[in-house]
Amino acid sequence: MKRKSKFKIPSKYILMFLSAVCGIAIYVSFTMNLSGGPLNTVAGYVFVPMQRGINYVGSFLIDKADNLKNLKSVMAENQELKAQVDALTSELNTIKLEQYELDNLRELLALDQKYPSYEKVAANVISKDTGNWFSVFTIDKGSKDGIETDMNVIAGSGLVGVVTDVGPNYAKVRSIIDDTSKVSGMLTTTSDGCIVHGDLQEMNENQNILFTDLKDSDDKAAVGDPVVTSYISDKYVQGILIGYINTLEVDSNNLTKSGTLTPAVDFEHIQEVLVILDKKDSGETKK
Amino acid sequence: MKRKIIVILTVIICFLLQSTIFKFLSFASISPNLLIIVTSSFGFMRGKKEGMVIGFFSGLLIDIFYGSVIGLYALLYMYVGYTNGLFRKMFFPEDIKLPMILISASDVICNLFVYFFLFLFRRKFAFDYYLIHIIIPELVYTILVTIFLYFILLKINQKLEMTEKRSTGKFV
Repeated sequence: MKRKSKFKIPSKYILMFLSAVCGIAIYVSFTMNLSGGPLNTVAGYVFVPMQRGINYVGSFLIDKADNLKNLKSVMAENQELKAQVDALTSELNTIKLEQYELDNLRELLALDQKYPSYEKVAANVISKDTGNWFSVFTIDKGSKDGIETDMNVIAGSGLVGVVTDVGPNYAKVRSIIDDTSKVSGMLTTTSDGCIVHGDLQEMNENQNILFTDLKDSDDKAAVGDPVVTSYISDKYVQGILIGYINTLEVDSNNLTKSGTLTPAVDFEHIQEVLVILDKKDSGETKK
Repeated sequence: MKRKIIVILTVIICFLLQSTIFKFLSFASISPNLLIIVTSSFGFMRGKKEGMVIGFFSGLLIDIFYGSVIGLYALLYMYVGYTNGLFRKMFFPEDIKLPMILISASDVICNLFVYFFLFLFRRKFAFDYYLIHIIIPELVYTILVTIFLYFILLKINQKLEMTEKRSTGKFV
């Protein structure tokens, strides 16, 4: 017994061994796109309940503090909104009439509804990336609630991101403002495609995200135009609002345009998100 | 055994705080790095081996929950813990200068590696921007937290060492 405890492996060999393990893990997960698997399960059951608890208490306290602070401004806002409601109600009535007409015409044309209403599940944000480089967060619903990787995540009406990894009771979401995120977008006004990038620098400075490669041959794109997810993307379902054009300039090649978008979602204060359970059918055969 | 449980608890608590409460308390979307403080402190307080193992598991936690590949942060934090362990002979509990310097250096070096592997490789060349707006603010915030957290960790370690001494004393 005593002899055994005296024998110790020198720490540099352990270091070499663990480095090799890490190296292999990096290589495997990078090339084969594997995730933690059993590690996810264990970690999920240990940490997620605790994170959920802390978050519950934390958001409760912050809510209370915010409530007091906001009461005054909310009251002023309330009056303003009441006036707006009146204006909008009358507008809505005219739109309803138009919608009715549209429905009839669609029926006549035997068209399906263009954007099917997707099935969604609500989830809470329970923790955020520990570092300051990336915008990754976890939510409290996982594979047990039917969530799979590559499902889209929205909040309000805007796109938040995509599920990149799932555990049994949590899911990892990479938001569209993350520096590695790329989304294929489309202008609703002209149906021209573009690529929307997250960018750490632009996000920190101006709370915006970038878009490039907008092929606007008719020169009709304008500041304020909404950009939605396009039909080309293999991960993002079509027609979800990403944001509105904030600045727009012609690239040096004189063919494409690029600029910045103001995202439709307030990424500083996301607490609740919706996960769209319908995945984009990318044409791959299911096993 | 007791030491293992307490160290594991410390890592878990710091990870939970870092991913939840400190994200609410972030200034200009910068939050401190508690896990690097824990890894680095146990490195120079307890030596290479313990620093290495604690670093490995702290990094693995980050990899599982937030990383894009498994193993990158584990590797990084493991080397941070091991390197800090090399300074164990120079460490005296009364002197706060060395811990401060080591923890700050660990944080900066860690972030430099993250920039190098995850940003520079994707052709993000604006290093001066990232240095001024991410690395240095995180360093300042981490140092502020270190002042409190380091003494807590030091006390935990001293308590553990005292009980360990007592229990080995019984047998001699």
